[in-house]
Amino acid sequence: MKKGNDSGKPKHKYGMVIDLDKCTGCGTCMVACAAENNVSVRPDQSDKERTITWMRLYKITNGKAFPDTEVSYFPRPCMHCDHHPPCVSVCVATATKIDFNTGIVSQIYTRCIGCRYCQAACPYGARYFNWWDAYFPKKKGLDRYLTPQVSPRMRGVVEKCTFCHQRLMQAKNQAYAEDRREIEEDEYQTACTEACPAQAITFGDLNNPEHKVSKLKDHPFAFRLLERIGTEPKVYYLSSRGWVRRLGDNFLPGEYEPVVNQTWMEEEWSTKPGRDTF
Amino acid sequence: MDSPLLPHGVKRCSTWAFFFWTLPWLALLAWGGLSAFLCLWKGLNQTNMSNVFAFALWIVFDLAVIALGAGAFFTGFLTYIIGKKELKNIINTAVIIGFICYSGAMAMLGIDIGQPIRGWFIFWHANIHSMLVEVSFCITCYLMVLAIEFIPIILENRKLEEIKELRLFGHNLHEVMAVFAATGTFLSFFHQGSLGGMFGVMYARPFAAREGFYIWPWTFFLFVLSAIACGPCFTILCTKLTEFFSRKKLVPDSAIQLLAKISAWLLSLYMVLKIIDYLGWMYGVVPRAGLTFESFFRQGPYGVWMVVCEMIFCGILPAVILMTPKARQHQGWLIFACLLNCTGIVLNRFLFIIVTLAIPVMPFDRFWSYLPTWQEWGIGLAVVGYGFLLFSAAYRYLPLFPKERELNPITES
Repeated sequence: MKKGNDSGKPKHKYGMVIDLDKCTGCGTCMVACAAENNVSVRPDQSDKERTITWMRLYKITNGKAFPDTEVSYFPRPCMHCDHHPPCVSVCVATATKIDFNTGIVSQIYTRCIGCRYCQAACPYGARYFNWWDAYFPKKKGLDRYLTPQVSPRMRGVVEKCTFCHQRLMQAKNQAYAEDRREIEEDEYQTACTEACPAQAITFGDLNNPEHKVSKLKDHPFAFRLLERIGTEPKVYYLSSRGWVRRLGDNFLPGEYEPVVNQTWMEEEWSTKPGRDTF
Repeated sequence: MDSPLLPHGVKRCSTWAFFFWTLPWLALLAWGGLSAFLCLWKGLNQTNMSNVFAFALWIVFDLAVIALGAGAFFTGFLTYIIGKKELKNIINTAVIIGFICYSGAMAMLGIDIGQPIRGWFIFWHANIHSMLVEVSFCITCYLMVLAIEFIPIILENRKLEEIKELRLFGHNLHEVMAVFAATGTFLSFFHQGSLGGMFGVMYARPFAAREGFYIWPWTFFLFVLSAIACGPCFTILCTKLTEFFSRKKLVPDSAIQLLAKISAWLLSLYMVLKIIDYLGWMYGVVPRAGLTFESFFRQGPYGVWMVVCEMIFCGILPAVILMTPKARQHQGWLIFACLLNCTGIVLNRFLFIIVTLAIPVMPFDRFWSYLPTWQEWGIGLAVVGYGFLLFSAAYRYLPLFPKERELNPITES
């Protein structure tokens, strides 16, 4: 494997922190993602088993009856698993790989043979197969929203969230043109991060102590989806609510340990609206 | 009409009777052909597969027929490498069944992938870490070996044997068959194993994930063992079915009994190891993922009953029947046990494919259901039709059973 620098450690590790207490479930992230990445649509998008939603919003509840019912929304992009991504090792044609220098798990559409083994191996359901030819209805103007930097996918291949990789390429090109070796935090942001009206999504380099994500991921309320399986996702979630964090993984009775450190209340970011008191 | 093509000294039904016999299988093939055309032309949207059920009926069929076709390599191994002479009476049948199963599975896989024209990418851009690459390489090579093993049987046809060069070629191939049997055993061992490995390595799917030895999860070894335990039983079933339809004895009991006995021991060993595997999984992989055995069966139609069926009714029960000499020698019990054994292995593959995918891993995700479309059934059943057709033709035109003449002497009237 190529090493990013002399120390043998990857230079960058792009990741995301999604604050579930701020997420209102508006779905803007899904729309922005689909528009940015030329995600094909269907005339009937209600068949959720076969539609493509790189960023998918789940609605979760605490399972209690009114008036104790609580609802939260769970945006789920690709987790870009850091340790031995389940999809990468299984791919027959080396059509998906993890970039050691960025941590981004990519998909090579023109090499994918559509065997769907990666879909079977992914526990997050983050991979989508093109069951139909790409479709962007002209009457609805969707063809005019296509992003020129992103290739639409052909029928019969698997696709997934790429952390808007094309934006990283653009930022790198810009930096190169300006004779810079590094890109700034705000130069490379995913479409969902930019679009979120509640600013619930934070994106950046988890290895860079200057980036906000590297601090947020260490927060006591941070957790990752299905962490104990060992995929080491690079997408973190924040929630002050115990039941939400509990739904982030499977626990045997008595295993779940609630977070007792509540000092977050005093921190600046916690005072933003949309957060429950814990 | 086709009497010059029929083997010497054996009785076959009339051409018309044979023609009518082939009609239902041809109909299945036509149904499959139409389905395949639709899937290739319009895409896999013709199926009910989804992003949840990325693998579905076809993969179940694939894994099932490949396991059932394991009789070919294993009987070849016993005949040519171990030197079990009795099995020469059944090896032709085993080879043809193997060829049918493997070629059928390959054809089905060709339709199952989203970009069939890119199928060769598996070899060109091979990811050596993927178990599916190992499966593809070994299956492709093994299919060639099976074709080579099939050729001398075809060349034994009465008309073809009249051509001296072909006869010599066929006989010489027979002489070196041990080499191909050994190659087939090696290839088959690895792809049967890697088919199991495919599911065992899915470490993020706790229902399928297994620990293992070095890079091979336990499913690798269990799939090999289960395939060689059920393969001979499927060969016995096919032979008995042929005997039933042709209304004559085709294979001496000694060959059948030997296969049944070997199958019994292997199935028993498999059952012991499978129980250990289940226990190891229930107390290792499952709790580490924060789950319990029951948590897998809370939603949907797939319940604990499937595991009970797989292990007890289709595992331990046939093992006991086949291990008991008296039961094994009784035709009815033998067929019943073979049927149960084969069903158990198919059920095992179903659990690893469909149930693995149906169970959501994320706690807030829901269970999805799946029912195949007529196109999916069409392609799956076309393999059955193809099998019946090829086997019937082989039985009619080739000396498939060396002892047929001896066991059924034609009395001049």
